[in-house]
Amino acid sequence: MTDPGPSASPEQAAAAGTLAARIALKQRAGGILVPVVTVVFALVMSGIVLAATQHSVHTALVAFQEIFDGAGLNWIFHPTTNLIDISAYNLSQTLLQTTTLILTGLSVAFAFRCGMFNIGGQGQYFVGLVVANWLGVDFAGMNPFAHILLCIVAGTLAAAAWAGIAGVLKATVGAHEVISTIMLNWIAFWVASWLFGAGGPLQNSTQPTVPVSNQVSSSARLPDFWGAQGFQGVHVGLFIALAAVVVFWVLLNRTTLGYEVRAVGFNPDAAAYGGINVKKNLVRAMAISGAFAGLAGALDMLGGTTNYQFGQLDIPFSQVGFIGIAVALLGRNTALGTLFGALLFGSLLYGSFHGLGSSAVIQPELAGNLTYIIQGLIVLFIGADVLILYVWNSRKKLRRPPANPAQPAKATAA
Amino acid sequence: MSDDLVLEMRNIRKEFPGVVANDGVSFDVRRGEVHALLGENGAGKSTLMNILYGLYRPDGGEIRLAGKSVSFSSAREAIQSGIGMVHQHFMLVPVMTVAENVVLGSEPRSGVLLDERVAEKRVADMAKTFRFAVDPGARIEDITVGQQQRVEIMKALYRNADILILDEPTAVLTPQEASDLFEILRTLQREGLSIIFISHKLNEVLEIADRITVLRRGKTIETVPSKGATEASLARAMVGRDVLLRVDKEPAQPTDVLLEVRDLHVRDDRGIEKVRGVSFDVRAGEIVGIAGVDGNGQTELIDALAGLQKIESGTVKIAGHALTHASARAALDAGIGHIPEDRQRRGLVLEFSIAENIALHDYANPPDAKWGWLFPKRMVQRARTLILEFDVRGGGPFTRAGGLSGGNQQKLVAAREIARDPSVLIAAQPTRGLDVGAIEYLHRRLVAERDEGRAILLVSLELEEILSLSDRILVIYEGQIVGEHTGDITEEEIGLEMLGGRETAAA
Repeated sequence: MTDPGPSASPEQAAAAGTLAARIALKQRAGGILVPVVTVVFALVMSGIVLAATQHSVHTALVAFQEIFDGAGLNWIFHPTTNLIDISAYNLSQTLLQTTTLILTGLSVAFAFRCGMFNIGGQGQYFVGLVVANWLGVDFAGMNPFAHILLCIVAGTLAAAAWAGIAGVLKATVGAHEVISTIMLNWIAFWVASWLFGAGGPLQNSTQPTVPVSNQVSSSARLPDFWGAQGFQGVHVGLFIALAAVVVFWVLLNRTTLGYEVRAVGFNPDAAAYGGINVKKNLVRAMAISGAFAGLAGALDMLGGTTNYQFGQLDIPFSQVGFIGIAVALLGRNTALGTLFGALLFGSLLYGSFHGLGSSAVIQPELAGNLTYIIQGLIVLFIGADVLILYVWNSRKKLRRPPANPAQPAKATAA
Repeated sequence: MSDDLVLEMRNIRKEFPGVVANDGVSFDVRRGEVHALLGENGAGKSTLMNILYGLYRPDGGEIRLAGKSVSFSSAREAIQSGIGMVHQHFMLVPVMTVAENVVLGSEPRSGVLLDERVAEKRVADMAKTFRFAVDPGARIEDITVGQQQRVEIMKALYRNADILILDEPTAVLTPQEASDLFEILRTLQREGLSIIFISHKLNEVLEIADRITVLRRGKTIETVPSKGATEASLARAMVGRDVLLRVDKEPAQPTDVLLEVRDLHVRDDRGIEKVRGVSFDVRAGEIVGIAGVDGNGQTELIDALAGLQKIESGTVKIAGHALTHASARAALDAGIGHIPEDRQRRGLVLEFSIAENIALHDYANPPDAKWGWLFPKRMVQRARTLILEFDVRGGGPFTRAGGLSGGNQQKLVAAREIARDPSVLIAAQPTRGLDVGAIEYLHRRLVAERDEGRAILLVSLELEEILSLSDRILVIYEGQIVGEHTGDITEEEIGLEMLGGRETAAA
């Protein structure tokens, strides 16, 4: 009676009804090992692709070295605070990328913990960008601290409200959040394109023919904590993102709000029975999820050097909201896991574009696509971590039969 | 009956991570016998049968069918070898007819299409031979649970099963339906079929089985002929100690009315009126049992009382306070304790720890929390106390609730509900799927809580449980209370009312 029955996991699987809950469940099953194996698998596979296309194992290894150096990770071998040093500069760019991904990753992770799949991080990010740009331009000359605070808070809240729409739709009419957040992405995308586009209300007033936004006024810019004259430095947004990691953990594990979110995420029926308002939680969790993505957008808009702009050209290429999904999945929807996931993807994004793009061993026209291949493989393997788990488990199963080989053998003989 | 063995399982061993589910289990079945497999939950009955049915591969041991050694790697191979299994949860397509369900997977065809006529004819012939009393043309969703079960049996027979495994077949049946099932089983037995009957109900096993094998903790304890065995001897073999089978209780001393329900109407999620004008009282210090066949409005009645389903009309008063159009929160605060009928779907968050589950109603109140801030240490402390008091075994405050056995999960739910000191305690199917030891504990606890002065509303599909625990019995049929009994009444009389017998008799 005290034995934990082996049937525990199928029962849970049955209890976990939603797609998000199922994924969350499978994610929990493998501990820290599976994400690490996932990354190693993906890197090995990309190595094989590289070696095959370049007809050389050596080239593949060099390419990895170049990605590593391109991300500035070789900085640890000769650390310096001098940003003009190439590895230091590369590292600073990786950190900027990581800042954004931490927040979009937390966004996806938070919704997951409430049993929802927020694919709308990209749109929520745009909302944060746009609002921060509008306030950052229009309220020029404010007290810098107040101005920055205003832009960040407003951008974050606007994105929370934007994501909240998907939450309200789910809670009231049962519209699935995957569908509604994707649709909201496109609305945000086209609205932002119009706002920043030629003749749009937020278009750059000094360049009427170029579809870019105005530059954020200097009073709204986030200060750099690591920078050099004429270079794009690392702004204090990194610390805000790190603080967000702590907030995420505390919110989920140390507040009644987090208890409700987790209860609803694991088992909405039990949550309702426990006296928790499930609908309220769906809306609230979606809004908080959106807030993280919006914060990412606001920080990206406010942090940066003089030539940092977001125009129509940048928006179509931005993928940070979607990469946030991969970050969260790799990080198993935990605070710390998301942090490491963001660091990995940040390094990979900047390192592969930058390192391979200027590579001496790989043709530049191939480099860009190889970057996509490597990223794609990692995302693919994350999606396939269930498969990895399966292989892992069956390996253990394969090992067992020899413990008892005599009897089945005898049975077949008889 | 001869000693002609159709099935032998020798020294079967099966391990799961951390658990030895079958540890050298031996078991055999003769031609034309009903062999019962008896054991508590987690004793290894289902594992053994899943091995036989080809769903699991044994880690060791041998299976012989009619003397020949076999090894199945899928259920398909087991079916081809003449093994049929009727699972506890039916695997039927509700919108298809009986005949279509029976032939599904090995359909008679004309061209590429299903030959409906041949299918219906074959199924009708079979129904006649074995006296199944099922209309082959009826849709599954329109027939009773008992008939659905017969369809499952027909599915196995259609595939030429000569060994039939029935997994807890009576769990979903009324007493009448159960005795109909036993009639059918005896017919099959006369036709030479061998039947493996999995159960933890002692009385039925004694009634239907020729031989009984008792499993405990993955081991075979004994195989005995049912002649000469008694409920007490089987219970001792199952649990490993003497078990109190009857509930010992003093006559009730009911006092104030704590739960007052008047003319209650409730609709289910699909808008169908499932509770149609129910009125009753439950007083402090009494257990009122609600008997009825599943689906006659019990679930909706409980959900309405617990604030989980909207009250269409009528009133509910808890200790004098009206609870109309309530929320779950309001019902909890008004003093309702609720052991829900599905502890895994609703009673527990399986992924949460024991401590977090204990806090499920009070996570937002002191001492667990203040101003939205949680105090996990206090939650853990409270869990420690309750784990000891309610004898929850298999883990500490940090153990995942999903890792506990069914009985301990239920104790955990009971601990949480009773510790809140409710004036009204609703116990819905409190012992469903539990083994003898856990049932004994929960029954004693319910009586103790009654004596503490709580009003207890017991809803159960197990008539025996209702009869042995209740001080007063209400019978629910199609959303209405059709009978109330205080004194002695037999299972058969209540069973008749549960099927709407009184209405039929009056008409």
